[in-house]
Amino acid sequence: MTKIKELVKEQAEKHGRARTSLMPILQEVVRSENYLSEEAMEAIAEELDLSTADVFGTASFYTFLDTVPRGKYVIRVCKTITCHMKGKDEIIRTISDMLKIKLGETTTDKKFSLLQANCLGWCHKGPVMLINDEVYPEITPEKVTEIVNQYLKKG
Amino acid sequence: MEKQIKKVDLIFGKVDHLAILDACFKRTRDEIILDVIDSGLRGRGGAGFPTGLKWKFAKNEEADQKYVICNADEGEPGTFKDREILTQVPEKVLAGMALCGYCIGASEGYIYLRGEYNFLLPPLYKAIDEFHQKLKKMNFDFTIRICSGSGAYVCGEETALMESMEGRRGEPRNKPPFPTSEGFLGKPTSVNNVETLVFALMIGQEGPTKFKEMGTFDSRGSKVFSVSGDTPNPGIYELELGMTLEQFVEEFGDGDTKAVQVGGASGFCVSRKDFKSTLIGFEGIPTGGSMMLFNSSRSMYNILNDYLEFMEEESCGQCTPCRVGCQQLLKGIEAVKKGIKPPSYLEDLQKLSDTMRIASKCGLGQSVPNPFNSIINNFREEIIY
Ligand SMILES: Cc1cc2nc3c(=O)[nH]c(=O)nc-3n(C[C@H](O)[C@H](O)[C@H](O)COP(=O)(O)O)c2cc1C
Ligand code: SF4
Ligand code: FES
Repeated sequence: MTKIKELVKEQAEKHGRARTSLMPILQEVVRSENYLSEEAMEAIAEELDLSTADVFGTASFYTFLDTVPRGKYVIRVCKTITCHMKGKDEIIRTISDMLKIKLGETTTDKKFSLLQANCLGWCHKGPVMLINDEVYPEITPEKVTEIVNQYLKKG
Repeated sequence: MEKQIKKVDLIFGKVDHLAILDACFKRTRDEIILDVIDSGLRGRGGAGFPTGLKWKFAKNEEADQKYVICNADEGEPGTFKDREILTQVPEKVLAGMALCGYCIGASEGYIYLRGEYNFLLPPLYKAIDEFHQKLKKMNFDFTIRICSGSGAYVCGEETALMESMEGRRGEPRNKPPFPTSEGFLGKPTSVNNVETLVFALMIGQEGPTKFKEMGTFDSRGSKVFSVSGDTPNPGIYELELGMTLEQFVEEFGDGDTKAVQVGGASGFCVSRKDFKSTLIGFEGIPTGGSMMLFNSSRSMYNILNDYLEFMEEESCGQCTPCRVGCQQLLKGIEAVKKGIKPPSYLEDLQKLSDTMRIASKCGLGQSVPNPFNSIINNFREEIIY
């Protein structure tokens, strides 16, 4: 059994095989694999007795359930109105220069992806970004340089 | 005589939530539902349906299982109060859910938490564990679970939310049937906003009178506001309802406020000339809490463009008026700005947005005309030139 199949099976045992378990299983796979590969979606379909098209159709609806490979650390900078007003473009430029990737891209070592997101619920402390589940409010180009440097040092 | 803005502390103040529940469980559920109806509490998630009535409808259904759902999807741009409530007083939210469960006859509750708030999961699970133990001691059978979202604004719409919980695309259902008769897994379900549940708990503690005495006839009580944009004091404030926008801007403006967007991307833009005559609430302009201030340095074209981009991206695409309408409005204002289309084209676009209000399936598409028409009517020159 491949690693992905094992992971899916383990998650199906944990959450159960009812349709209501589909979201938690998809979320767990993204958490550990950084995205949903075709193989993963086929394995999930098989475990939950759904069609692969149905699994893909569900996954592709949700912004956070990526179906293209992403880095280990997914950076999502809020682009909505107040963060836009407070300088999110500069934040993106800073990160983009540091990691040498454009919006939507992933570094060649598969460590970082740089994306935008809609309102993250921290508008009074914009600009703000998420790195995976971690929130970074009230960021400036200087602060963001420091934060990304810390992640660069991490494994 | 105009009222001054009064700060209130019903939501964030610490209370003995278990004692409140204990006292409520000694009364009949009809008594409590009547209190909630009498208080005038209306849902704080945006739509403003009377909470007590919703509970009564759910209670009156016959079913082997019913559900309480706490809507913590909070995706409306400019809204961040539910996150703060769940951070500071999670026990009050859980107790509000249990109270709802008691009233409608449900033994299971779910919190639908947006994926952007995943960092709240560990403290919430801890609070839920403690709460379960306490409920056990009180001999009350009620279990709370969390469902996580995955980045879709439309999943805040209650029927899309249940689709998502059932493991499907978050596409809104037709209404009726309403969730109180056929909700999660087809069972009677009461979907309530985070803030609404805490107010209900507080009405359970204090009775309806204190709450009812605050605010205005159609907008009773207080409300948690999320204040952002061009303001020296951004943040979260619980204020008595019934203030005018002028009073609000006096308190939160930077001295140069030219417009306030009330109710987020699906709300209305009010310009300076109307601050005095605009009441914040159901008789004027309602808001789920989002208040964004803009000063004269801001381009209203950019703001409208951002809102439309947001709606266009978040539209579930299920119905044509909304899917195509959002795209065309966005393209349309760009074309007018660039001079490709004449200014009179804006009237055509406004007709399109009026059609979206009538023909869209859910509140997302139906509310696109709110920002669109209000910004164009107030700031036409900024959109054209
Ligand atoms: C597009 C859309 C998004 C919504 N998002 C939310 C939300 O994030 N939180 C919320 O409580 N209600 C949201 N609502 C309103 C819900 O459908 C529902 O009316 C509400 O959760 C009911 O709770 P309440 O009566 O306590 O307000 C949304 C509605 C629409 C149309
Ligand atoms: S109005 Fe928009 S979001 Fe709502 S169902 Fe139609 S396409 Fe989906
Ligand atoms: S607009 Fe960026 S967090 Fe709300």
